Amino acid sequence: MSTPKRIFVKGNEAICHGALTAGAKCFFGYPITPQNDIPEFMSAAMIEAGGQFVQAESEVAAANMLLGAAGCGIRALTSSSSPGISLKQEAISYMAGSEIPGVIVNVSRGGPGLGDIGPSQGDYFQATKGGGHGDYHLLVLAPGTVQEAYDLTIKAFDLAFKYRNPVMILADAIIGQMKEPLVPWIPQGLDPDEGQDWGLQGAKGRAPRLLKSLFLDDGALAGQNEKLAAKYRAMQVETDQELFLTEDADLIVVAFGSIGRIVKSTIRKLRAQGHKVGLVRPITLFPFPSAVLLDLARQGKRFLTIEHNMGQMVEDVRLAIRTVADSAFHGQLPGNLPTPDDFEQPILKALEG
Amino acid sequence: MNQEIRVTNYPEVLTDRASHYCPGCHHGIAHRLVAEAITELGLVDKTILIGSIGCSVFIYNYLSLDAIESPHGRAPAVATGVKRARPDKIVFSYQGDGDLASIGMAEIMHCANRGENITTIFVNNTVYGMTGGQMAPTTLVGQKTTTCPGGRCRENEGMPIRMTEIIASLGGVAFAERVAVNNIKNIKKAQKAVTKAFECQTKEIGFSFVEVLATCPTNWRMTPIQANKRIETEMIPYFPLGNFKDVLAKEEK
Ligand SMILES: Cc1ncc(C[n+]2csc(CCOP(=O)(O)OP(=O)(O)O)c2C)c(N)n1
Ligand code: SF4
Repeated sequence: MSTPKRIFVKGNEAICHGALTAGAKCFFGYPITPQNDIPEFMSAAMIEAGGQFVQAESEVAAANMLLGAAGCGIRALTSSSSPGISLKQEAISYMAGSEIPGVIVNVSRGGPGLGDIGPSQGDYFQATKGGGHGDYHLLVLAPGTVQEAYDLTIKAFDLAFKYRNPVMILADAIIGQMKEPLVPWIPQGLDPDEGQDWGLQGAKGRAPRLLKSLFLDDGALAGQNEKLAAKYRAMQVETDQELFLTEDADLIVVAFGSIGRIVKSTIRKLRAQGHKVGLVRPITLFPFPSAVLLDLARQGKRFLTIEHNMGQMVEDVRLAIRTVADSAFHGQLPGNLPTPDDFEQPILKALEG
Repeated sequence: MNQEIRVTNYPEVLTDRASHYCPGCHHGIAHRLVAEAITELGLVDKTILIGSIGCSVFIYNYLSLDAIESPHGRAPAVATGVKRARPDKIVFSYQGDGDLASIGMAEIMHCANRGENITTIFVNNTVYGMTGGQMAPTTLVGQKTTTCPGGRCRENEGMPIRMTEIIASLGGVAFAERVAVNNIKNIKKAQKAVTKAFECQTKEIGFSFVEVLATCPTNWRMTPIQANKRIETEMIPYFPLGNFKDVLAKEEK
């Protein structure tokens, strides 16, 4: 195998490379900005890789195609942006209930409603609190760089199959549209028998398999929901975050995805001026790095949550540290591309306390 | 002396258990037609059932096949995903008229139009059975339901949709037939149609569709015998039986 070279690609394309290298065999899409690069790229690349590409009639259909394909125990994905992700929620809820490991990519944009096509983190609640109906969670991964978009797409498939649970990659227009160097790597040890012990394949020489989310018998749904809850607890070990200069920091900024990375630049600048600021950038939004935050809070640090929305993740930050501290909040309005300078004053203000 | 003679057997795939269907309901007959067709064609081992939402939601209890449940109306999309992931398997959806012709109209049309090598069994009983007999897109003009208590009226609710005719008009479709199971003669024809539909799938020549006109005595507020008669007197005149597309037969000619 040749050593992977550095390539210069958009985040959207990095997600495609990640999915293909992870062994994805089916892609189901529908046009919507700012994720169009993904179905466009996949329409050729998936076929070249010997897989299947379907431009569905709607996001509703695309997500249900994913329900079917992933139900066969093969690696499959769909991608969309905010309004389309809303339409996928019915199927996502069924995937969670039927324990089907579909991967869903949201290159999110501004909302509510038709919103705009610019960057926004307004879908945090939808991604992390269920999104569709019922008592469930997705694993949610939030890339902050193009490299991470690639890495986390590979990880998304591993986690989806490990837990038989749908996984969402929550990117945004910045990550999706930004070009950066990417060093592709080939995951080792993909299990050729993955999903074959439960996926649909025709009941030859064995009892039939059934993937369903309907549990009408007395106590049956209770049992299923308990099983799911145990799975969500087990997922806590997957918690991942980037810690940047947190050790000696007086103030911890919590920011995810593209905003986390922009804030990192602000922090570098403020550090050069002698301000003791650090960053926690959650990489997994579910499970959320609550323990890491609580630990920092117990060290007496103060908190500022910065998001590209009017305040969503800040609720999880506050919940995590509630016994010892609180978090200030700065919300970046949609409709523009924030720069490191935009976050200087909010951070200085929080530093003053 | 009276002797009990078994006149028919269970096809291997049909489970020997009491069904939850009401007396006189045609879902059970439709299940059997599918079971017989895939048994006759030797497809049982490789068939995947795509369930839907309606009274037939428990179909997986009666057909021992690998199966997946779909959200209401989405079975053709789920079937597309399954077939794309496993092109060598036989995939069929089983859907009611509320499921297929109302909420799932987009999914069925595009699945058929793409020419997915899938079979759909469409059970048209002119009502939403499971939820208590509300008006369906197939409810006949004048027919009373719980949401059109004065009878379906053309001005307000439009005309009932004839799905098989619409499906037959789409490019990707290999086979489209409407059948009934209200008497032996019709059941025999229905059996042939369902078998042919699956045969089309084995030959990978496109989408195949069988509409089964079915009773819902419970929500029609009829006895099983009255309901069976209604198929003949009210349904068939509006939903004519017959084949609307058969690419195989054309090829054979
Ligand atoms: C999204 C959604 N909307 C509504 C329902 C409620 N529902 C369950 S079954 C059903 C009607 C099914 O009727 P039909 O497809 O005609 O099948 P039948 O029961 O008559 O066989 C409806 C509306 C649902 N389960 N999901
Ligand atoms: S309600 Fe109607 S469709 Fe449902 S089982 Fe009873 S008779 Fe059959």
